[in-house]
Amino acid sequence: MGIISRGFSGRRSSGDAHLPPGQYLTKDFPVLSAGPTPAVRLDDWEFTITSETGVVRRWTWAAFRALPAERITVDLHCVTRWSKLATAWEGVSLDVLLADLTTTARFALVDSYGGYTTNLPLEDLRGGQAWLAFQYDGKDLVAEHGGPVRLLVPHLYLWKSAKWVRGVTLKSEDAPGFWESLGYHAYGDPWREQRYWGD
Amino acid sequence: MWRAASVLSLQDETATARTVRLHVADWPGHDAGQHVDVRLTAADGYTAVRSYSLAAPAEGDRIELTVERIVDGEVSSYLADVAAIGDALEVRGPVGGWFVWRPEQLEPVALIAGGSGIVPLMAMVRVRSAAGNNAPFRLLYSARTPESVIYAAELRDRAVAGDGLGVSYAYTRRAPQGWSRPPRRVDAELIGVATWPSGDRPTCYVCGPTPFVESVAGLLTRAGHEPARIRTERFGPSGGAT
Repeated sequence: MGIISRGFSGRRSSGDAHLPPGQYLTKDFPVLSAGPTPAVRLDDWEFTITSETGVVRRWTWAAFRALPAERITVDLHCVTRWSKLATAWEGVSLDVLLADLTTTARFALVDSYGGYTTNLPLEDLRGGQAWLAFQYDGKDLVAEHGGPVRLLVPHLYLWKSAKWVRGVTLKSEDAPGFWESLGYHAYGDPWREQRYWGD
Repeated sequence: MWRAASVLSLQDETATARTVRLHVADWPGHDAGQHVDVRLTAADGYTAVRSYSLAAPAEGDRIELTVERIVDGEVSSYLADVAAIGDALEVRGPVGGWFVWRPEQLEPVALIAGGSGIVPLMAMVRVRSAAGNNAPFRLLYSARTPESVIYAAELRDRAVAGDGLGVSYAYTRRAPQGWSRPPRRVDAELIGVATWPSGDRPTCYVCGPTPFVESVAGLLTRAGHEPARIRTERFGPSGGAT
């Protein structure tokens, strides 16, 4: 046990919820971003997957929306310690976008409109674990929360779920993204409390 | 790594904000704009952790936080109402490497604060002064009323010192008597006169509640500032930094 703070008893408001260590429950949907919210026009929007050999697959908005989508309900865990349970999204599974892609790459670097990047192992984008989400709570995803399209990879801390997502580059070697270069954990598993470097 | 900390002194800044000075064992130092995690442990082992912006440069093992009391904030209300000199807690950090200003930066800087978003920006003002850096700074501070301005006396003294720091205020609920601008939010006109033209290529730091930051970052972008030169730190109603 840590050092006891005299006179502290706590609120324990998240009492019976099943939360990762060090998280508390919120009913709001806080917004945390490193810079201005970019405005992305659907006419200009595209999503690309670039293989480790430089082969590019490209989807326009129309092509992307023609792909089979699914509704998912997932829990979100932000490294700033709030968790929001049972959030409802609609999106395209990365399994659809990565289907019939043969690659030896083990890592992915995700990039966004506005310049944000984040890295994760390619296997974390597969197996029904990651989506390109375009609706939240039954409505088109607003720019503040990453619209028109954000990555949703809810088994990792929320900074991995890149807002305003633009593409994925497959890589043989892992390379840190934006927050991963600035002190945050390379993988970011909330259940193992991998918040910062060294966790 | 959690470090043992103890409360050295407490100072009320406004009716709702309090500065807490801590001694932290083997503090490694930090940059202006970074924050720390504060952990409180109850007698039965229950713990709560929240992040707070550092308000000043470290002096050896001494650090300073300014905490705004939040309704239902289990850590902020402890720090603002319960903690007394000598009380023990734990600190981890510093955290965050993006929303920082370092004395090697020589370009003009615009600091735009909403409410308690002033705290990490005040750390930048204080670090600049302590380092003898002459980078021109302009601070625009949006507060509800004159009484809710944190660090009011220090900002007044620093603004008249003539060392390249300009300070402007926007009052959103009630302005001081005789104030020329009626109470209203930061708008394009005020951004124009209280920050820098985009041609001067300043770095802009914006900190405050999410709607404030969204609005100000949008105004800066429309005024021609490159998005890559606008750094933001947002905090929602249920926590986050500050």
